[in-house]
Amino acid sequence: MVFIFRMMEDQIVLNTDKWIDNYADYMYNYAITRVNNSDLAKDLVQETFFAGLKSAKNFQGKSTERTWLVSILKRKIIDHYRKINSKKGKAEVRMNFYDEGENEGNWLEERVPQSWDNQSEKLIENEELKNQLDLCIDKLPEKYAMVFRMKTIQEFETEEICKELDITASNLWVIIHRARTQLRKCMEDNWFNI
Amino acid sequence: MFKSLKLTCDQATTICDKNQYGEASLLDKVKLNIHFITCKICFKYTKQNMTLTKLYKGHAKRCKEMKHCLSDEEKNALKRELEKINK
Repeated sequence: MVFIFRMMEDQIVLNTDKWIDNYADYMYNYAITRVNNSDLAKDLVQETFFAGLKSAKNFQGKSTERTWLVSILKRKIIDHYRKINSKKGKAEVRMNFYDEGENEGNWLEERVPQSWDNQSEKLIENEELKNQLDLCIDKLPEKYAMVFRMKTIQEFETEEICKELDITASNLWVIIHRARTQLRKCMEDNWFNI
Repeated sequence: MFKSLKLTCDQATTICDKNQYGEASLLDKVKLNIHFITCKICFKYTKQNMTLTKLYKGHAKRCKEMKHCLSDEEKNALKRELEKINK
């Protein structure tokens, strides 16, 4: 009896009133660098706070409040990834290679890389180039864009992405490959050879 | 033995993509270079891929310098929603 009483006394109280002021920006930044959509990032942060409130009594104080909230946000991001990776959310990228027959694995004729014109002037960093890069990434199916951004733009380690999205390394490389072949074609058609 | 060194263009460009992040194995790189002997298309892909990697790196630098924050208005709205649940 005395033991239970002590446990109740020691229960960690979360400072929920200060959550928004203390963690909202950090959580929003965390979410947006992964999903790259401000509305979706806001929704995920809001859902995380709601879930945190609902399960506040499970907080054992083994980690900081922020770490605990981020672990909830991570689950939300995995759930989102699974949703876009489900059959319903699947929008396949265009094929670049024959996927069967005697030409299996060879370039499809219409997807063969073409020579790029005036490369030197096309490589100058400016607002137009930045916009075109973003446009091409945005054209990818969401799942491909998410993994590509995490790996290439946010420069996360392969292991970290696999852990966060619960995918295998070979799965990640297939996604990166499909994303990059699609992006090369998009940049060729809309930037280098226009 | 030689058969195991042979790659399709799909496989070769997958290795090339992996190599852009410095994560292709030595054996993969050997296979890729053997593939280049007979495939000028994949060689061209690789050169273009390297160019794109440079562009993405510049883009990454700019993107990472951006700080994303919620506005005071958005934070207040979020506070009100939380208060509703907390009651």
